[in-house]
Amino acid sequence: MSYVDQYSEKVKEHFMHPKNMGHIKEEDLQPGEELARGEVGNPACGDLMTIFLKIKDRKIIDAKIKTFGCAAAIACSSITTEMVVGLTIDKARKLTKNQVADELEGLPPLKLHCSNLAVDALNKALDNYEQGIGVVRK
Amino acid sequence: MLQKTLKMAKKVYLDHGATTPVDAEVVEAMQPYFTEKFGNASSIHCFGKVARDALEKSREIIAWKINAEKDEIIFTSGGSESNNLAIKGVLFANKEKNHIITSKIEHPAVLQTCQALENGFSVTYLDVDAGGLVDLKKLEEAITDKTALVSIMHANNEIGVIQDIRTIGEICKRHNVLFHTDAVQSFTKVPIDVKDINVDLISLSSHKMHGPKGIGALFIKKGTELQKQNQGGHQELDLRAGTENISGIVGFAKAVELASDDHVAQMQELRDKFIDKILKEISDTTLNGGREERLCNNVNITFKFIEGEGLLLHLDAHGIAVSTGSACTSQSLEPSHVLLAIGLKHEDAHGAIRFTLGKENTQEELDYTFEKLKEAVKNLRKISPLAK
Ligand SMILES: Cc1ncc(COP(=O)(O)O)c(C=O)c1O
Ligand code: FES
Repeated sequence: MSYVDQYSEKVKEHFMHPKNMGHIKEEDLQPGEELARGEVGNPACGDLMTIFLKIKDRKIIDAKIKTFGCAAAIACSSITTEMVVGLTIDKARKLTKNQVADELEGLPPLKLHCSNLAVDALNKALDNYEQGIGVVRK
Repeated sequence: MLQKTLKMAKKVYLDHGATTPVDAEVVEAMQPYFTEKFGNASSIHCFGKVARDALEKSREIIAWKINAEKDEIIFTSGGSESNNLAIKGVLFANKEKNHIITSKIEHPAVLQTCQALENGFSVTYLDVDAGGLVDLKKLEEAITDKTALVSIMHANNEIGVIQDIRTIGEICKRHNVLFHTDAVQSFTKVPIDVKDINVDLISLSSHKMHGPKGIGALFIKKGTELQKQNQGGHQELDLRAGTENISGIVGFAKAVELASDDHVAQMQELRDKFIDKILKEISDTTLNGGREERLCNNVNITFKFIEGEGLLLHLDAHGIAVSTGSACTSQSLEPSHVLLAIGLKHEDAHGAIRFTLGKENTQEELDYTFEKLKEAVKNLRKISPLAK
């Protein structure tokens, strides 16, 4: 069996119609809002994800993402952005790759690492935020 | 895979390098050999004789296509088995010599066979240039008095590059080394005349040229010593035990009879227009493999900044079947060894899509494919952090 046959309906849906794709620009910020960014590469197959978070009062109010990777990576990107919007930074920190995979009704074993990537990008953005690296404030 | 969800009417098959539909005439020719002509070709009685006649008639047809003698063709289960038998057969039959030369872009059936032999034999894997061609000087330099066999494929399955087997044959002859070529992809598309060029072993397969799966052949030039790899009965010149797959063999021969140069010309014309259109109208695209020495039906393009699995699935959603060299679709998460061998960077190998045309494809199908392709590339680039 090909791993493709193991893609759930939810994975297919998010891959074909990914949500929150793109980036957040400085101009998109209102006073009191902050922009954090996180970029990670996938050591297993050399792919790339960049996530953008709009933060206000330590709460994520918007998320956008750009992904170079397989269908699973794109689906994970899409669902991760949906899952984090509305969460406080502390809650977002607790998001795990398993939760992402579960929300997608599972991933083929070969593709589990693609869900790491989205969560890693999220955590990278939150680290950058806490450390003030590349954070834009209005 | 996404076909169901979108209720698509149209289907365009552009993966003939993987396999091809069996011609109706081929199916028809095969049919009697499942039922009334079911005999075992080794049986003495009249049932056996019917099967034996079909077997030998088919052998003549395969031989005719490459200008070989009838007793220089044996039937196998396909290209993979032919490659295994040719390489192991030669090396195990030749106890004095212990060296094989092959290339880095061979099909896994050759590469893995060579790798398995590394325990006991030495193997040279020749580099190829950016176009995919083996350097003939390097080949000649690699030959030693321990070299038993050179195995270089005729046409590559991923990038369609056609090697200069005439010159390779001359080099091998000059140094008294046997020459095997895997002609699975080129058979009936690029002519081979074994009386005109020097080649000792040729692997052939039926399902890449509108014949059934699970049947192939090996050309073995008269006088070439080979050790049997499958023990048992004395079938196929006592080189391959097993009751012959008569229906498959008859189908294979029929497919060979039906193959025509007109189809080759037609595919080539469609191919050229398709390549030109992509390179011209979709930015940041490159053709993988040289343009000149190229199989009539192969188009392999890198779409920069995107990953092949996504593109493949988008096309699949529109009923268009292609394949990719991306790491993300391979079980090992390694990109295509062929694309890496011609010098592609990992991220460019990721975005490589192979379209392999067949004789039934039309201009209209390729126009449809182009429209869907352009749209999918645009959408995937929109979400890629690599795209400008
Ligand atoms: C160049 C080449 N050699 C060998 C094979 C294997 O042939 P078969 O599928 O008949 O075993 C293939 C098919 O994938 C091929 O493209
Ligand atoms: S990104 Fe390469 S396998 Fe998912």
